[in-house]
Amino acid sequence: MIQQNVVKVGMADLNVATRGECIRTSGLGSCVGLTLYDPDRKVAGMAHVMLPDSAIAREETFNRAKYADTALPLLIEELEKAGAKIGRLLAKMAGGSQMFASLGKSDSLRIGPRNVESCMQMLDRYGIPLIGEDTGGSHGRTIELDSETGILYVRSVQQGTKEL
Amino acid sequence: MSSLHRLEEFELDVLKEVGNIGSGNAATALSTLLDKPVDMAVPKVSVVPFEEVAERVGGAEELVMAVFLRVEGEAPGNLFYIMHPVAAKRLLGRLAAMEVEEDLEYSEMELSALSEIGNILAGSYLSSLADLTGLGLSPSVPAVALDMAGAVLSYGLMQYGEMGDAALLIETKFLDAGEQLDGQFFLIPDPDSFAILFQALGVRES
Repeated sequence: MIQQNVVKVGMADLNVATRGECIRTSGLGSCVGLTLYDPDRKVAGMAHVMLPDSAIAREETFNRAKYADTALPLLIEELEKAGAKIGRLLAKMAGGSQMFASLGKSDSLRIGPRNVESCMQMLDRYGIPLIGEDTGGSHGRTIELDSETGILYVRSVQQGTKEL
Repeated sequence: MSSLHRLEEFELDVLKEVGNIGSGNAATALSTLLDKPVDMAVPKVSVVPFEEVAERVGGAEELVMAVFLRVEGEAPGNLFYIMHPVAAKRLLGRLAAMEVEEDLEYSEMELSALSEIGNILAGSYLSSLADLTGLGLSPSVPAVALDMAGAVLSYGLMQYGEMGDAALLIETKFLDAGEQLDGQFFLIPDPDSFAILFQALGVRES
């Protein structure tokens, strides 16, 4: 069997996989793994989004992959370079937990749900349909998107692996 | 993250001493609870890219038992006590005189006991720090999670997210070769807390 190549995406990072490669990010907590897939070209993209909105950035030049509102346009650009068409893109996402839900509901603790909301708004703005989602809860997730099939595998400690 | 990269060598040493005093006190508390010696490695202070933080405990997907407390008061931050899940079970067996099985199933009672142990250790860490600096510092109610290291630790990095792609960690390892009750303390002061700590310790002009 041919070993599939795995493209890794770090925290506050994004990347693109083609030609049957898989793309993967590990240990999502309140962060959201936002994925886009062009089934026609079999091109897959993934962003590990950490924060909802770049308006809070206190740095002069910031990493666009970190914020939901800047990560999506950047991911689309990278996918288009790899041959994808925005009109064909389908989105799936996972993550956005509240890891320590018992601590309460202050705004900074709700970062996971806010990341999810912000990703949804951005997808809506770009008219990209969200066809699969495994978000919320209070557990970590590792996700992997297969660029051949477009299947998103979501693994967690308690619940094993799900397919989206 | 301009302010972090501007930290001078001696300032990192000061933070190392902060870690040393805090975790030294926590090690003493643990040793008293266990009625046996607990060794401690020299604390490490480093500016770590987000990507590599979870590597410090075995990788983003490594299963860990984490006790988290928010440090509240004049120099806020995040405090984690991270254990290997089996080490956490052994700790319970020894400390709380609980009958434990070395598997990954934890009862409510066991989780509650772990958060209380975390509370005691964090309390002694912070009270020595408060004594040293004269700052008011208190731990929040503890929370526990048994989950992937990346998912747990990233929670403590959010305050850094808006400033850059790295965080400053003050890290101490507890060692206990005999029974492997090893654990790791991570103090992650909020970005705005450094100036306050340095001022309180008299190493920086106000």
